[in-house]
Amino acid sequence: MIGPGVAWYLAVAGFLFGTGSLGVLLRRNPLIVLLSLEIMLNGANLALIGFARNLGDGSGQIFALAVMAVAASEVVVGLGLIVALNRKRVTLDVDRLNTLRG
Amino acid sequence: MIVASVGNVLVWAVWIVAAFACLASGAAVVSFSNPFYSALALIGNLGSLAVLYLLLSAEFVAAAQVLVYAGAVMVMFLFVIAYIGPRIESPWAGGPGWQAVGAVLAAGALLVEIVVVIGLKASGHLAHSEHVGAAFGSPAEIGRLFLTDHLLAFEITSIVLLVAAIGGVVLGAHSRRPAGEVPPL
Repeated sequence: MIGPGVAWYLAVAGFLFGTGSLGVLLRRNPLIVLLSLEIMLNGANLALIGFARNLGDGSGQIFALAVMAVAASEVVVGLGLIVALNRKRVTLDVDRLNTLRG
Repeated sequence: MIVASVGNVLVWAVWIVAAFACLASGAAVVSFSNPFYSALALIGNLGSLAVLYLLLSAEFVAAAQVLVYAGAVMVMFLFVIAYIGPRIESPWAGGPGWQAVGAVLAAGALLVEIVVVIGLKASGHLAHSEHVGAAFGSPAEIGRLFLTDHLLAFEITSIVLLVAAIGGVVLGAHSRRPAGEVPPL
């Protein structure tokens, strides 16, 4: 394998996951929380694909594709919730959204 | 020999550019106050990740990343941000509160945990990678794996997507009320 070894890719994946978790914990806007969640999922994807290359086994890429499908479904439901909240004129602040009762 | 070392340097150069673009745009997503700019930075993040996937010889996943993520999902994000209007949030106003300190500590603890687990469990075989053929990561290989070894995961994924689509319709259609009625606050 030419270029950097898999450990370098794993380092990038770890930092991406840390950045995403920082965003999820720190930000109050649910849209940015969803975007940070995407960063966390992509960090996990990068680690899966790095290990797939390292072990010469394509199953890691299959898992990464499944994670992408789950992320797409999560975005659909999350954005649907945000639009529904916005329609009810609720403040879009995850600290204040402590009940989901209509 | 010389050709191999030139290729090595080239791959390193591409990796450095892609990895720094990836980390910088990730930090930008978290720190921008306008969600619109955060979404644009996430598109850059996904694009540079696709370059890293190509370097790891995962061609099909890289193409799917650009088409599905950077294309479809992010367009939906941008539509929703445009629909609900920009809400500027100033995450760093008023100095770091206890929540910010706790968030930084928790994220740092997660990072340390990842490093320790990978170092303990995988450091033995990270140094040398298996040799893979040209078919590794190609659409034909991915399709073969999906329809043989991972058929159950494939079918369950389709059910998950169906449930999510139904959920999106239910969430979006519930407030259709007769004209003239005042929406409840």
